Amino acid sequence: MAGNSDTNKNAVNVREMIAEKKKKKNLSNFTEKFIPTFLLLIASISLLTTVGIIITLFTEAIEFFKIVPIWEFFTGTVLRPMSQNPEFGVLPLINGTLISTFIAMLVAGPVGIMSAIYLSEYASDRVRRVLKPLLEILAGIPTIVYGFFAFTFVTPLIRSIFPEVGATNILSPGLVMGVMIIPMIASLSEDAMSSVPNSMREGAFALGATKLETTFKVVIPAALSGIISSFVLGISRAIGETMIVTIASGSSKNFTFDITQSMQTMTAYIVEVSSGDAPAGSTIYYSLYAVAATLFIFTLLMNILARYLSRKFREEY
Amino acid sequence: MKYVDEAVVEKRMKARIRNNSILKFIFLLSTLFGLVVLAVLLIRVFSQGIAWLDWDFITGRLSTDPDRAGILGAILGTSWLMLVVIPVTLFIGVGTAIYLELYAKPGRFQNFIATNISNLAGVPSIVYGLLGLTIFVRALEFGNVVLAGGLTLSLLVLPIVIVAAQEAIRAVPQFLSEASYGMGATKWQTVKKIILPAALPGILTGSILALSRAIGETAPLTVIGIPALLIPFPGSFFDTFTALPMQIYYWTLDASLVSEYAYLAAATIIVLLVLLFLLNSVAIFIRNKFQQRY
Repeated sequence: MAGNSDTNKNAVNVREMIAEKKKKKNLSNFTEKFIPTFLLLIASISLLTTVGIIITLFTEAIEFFKIVPIWEFFTGTVLRPMSQNPEFGVLPLINGTLISTFIAMLVAGPVGIMSAIYLSEYASDRVRRVLKPLLEILAGIPTIVYGFFAFTFVTPLIRSIFPEVGATNILSPGLVMGVMIIPMIASLSEDAMSSVPNSMREGAFALGATKLETTFKVVIPAALSGIISSFVLGISRAIGETMIVTIASGSSKNFTFDITQSMQTMTAYIVEVSSGDAPAGSTIYYSLYAVAATLFIFTLLMNILARYLSRKFREEY
Repeated sequence: MKYVDEAVVEKRMKARIRNNSILKFIFLLSTLFGLVVLAVLLIRVFSQGIAWLDWDFITGRLSTDPDRAGILGAILGTSWLMLVVIPVTLFIGVGTAIYLELYAKPGRFQNFIATNISNLAGVPSIVYGLLGLTIFVRALEFGNVVLAGGLTLSLLVLPIVIVAAQEAIRAVPQFLSEASYGMGATKWQTVKKIILPAALPGILTGSILALSRAIGETAPLTVIGIPALLIPFPGSFFDTFTALPMQIYYWTLDASLVSEYAYLAAATIIVLLVLLFLLNSVAIFIRNKFQQRY
């Protein structure tokens, strides 16, 4: 009976296939169960990074505050880490950081928002498609290149007009930092302004407003939360910027408001001390972490503020 | 009775239109301001550096003598760094993105990780340097070697890769994965064979952009401690190294001592910028060529 043996053969085959299928299924069941856990582990690396940053910064900073009282650190106007009887006041660094940030925002704020207005309200589609990527190139240039530019071009240029300006000063890196931040403010503000619906502009035009009046009285108020949050992010970027100020502003730790003089920022202090081979365990080594923790808190607060502003006051249309 | 005094309107209208045109011009100038500075910067760097940029400079070893100095060591160092950064960021970045987009249940935990990633993106690069110094260089006792530098840079650019990969995965249309499920595929099979291939161009584009950020990053490396004058070339992940941006940094700092160092720095900047330009071109090429619109 040929037919019968055929069925038999087939039956055996099917059983084998079922067994094989089961084995495969068990394996794939295992993979299916295992993969999510595995991915969760990978995803938690980003959490570990945050935890790592916080733990390293704050445990070492606490060691520092055991030697230098926290009050002295935050109110001291004298920073002399290398001297015989060192003093660790962080105010000169905070002062340098805020002044360079202020100068940068004086450039980046107005120029950035005016660029955003042009790109969002005035430029034709074709012009925008050319200008915007060109502007973004500015954001892609490494900061070390800006540092080189500030030190070897902008500073000599300023000094040829105002000879009293120092070879290292806070003004030149501040200005260059401003240029670096322009694209960030321009593109975030432009996003905010572009998302204002056209019907609102058309309403203003219908009432006889010019483009300028529409921009200032309708578009900007509607996009204000996004614009302000772009400013805050720009400030945060300027506070954390390192190479430009390290190269072009020198390492003077004077507590001064004279922008023609060298000042040190928090970031530049970290570079100076860590590249000076501070022995682990010394007070100056721990001071690195205290300064970095201060810097971290500054930028974190700015970032949280920016996110809060753009969420809280976003108007939905 | 007239509601509108046309004479007054006419008179004011002229000023209003004039203001509009004047400010439009000012807005245009502001937009061009950034571009002019960019042009000045590029012209300045190229005019200073191009004369020093030749084959001997690219293939030469470091030297205190400006005429003999070369940057092959820095180029190799940067390449070794990338050998660490590329696999580490791709693996962790894509893994995290898959988890967040496809596996995590929407809710508190997912929000928490997302918030955490956006906070990490805002942490100044120098803080990552300090993290790398404390953990990789000192606690794990790697020393200031390629692996420590590469891992530090990886952590730094990881948020960029994660966000890019998330966006790429989100852009894959639902019907593709539904069709896959309909054929009896399991979730992981769908992810591996349908979603990831479709998201690959976007992931690659984002990763290349993150890579170009890592290549230009200097601050974390200064903290980790890169020797200023390193003659031997790195040959493994556990060798000390120097990198292109570090070379620019040291030469710029010393330009006040030896003025030729400024030209060497400029020449190195040209090499770095060309490298970044090539990387970005590749990214744009991949995006235009392989990105599917559904």
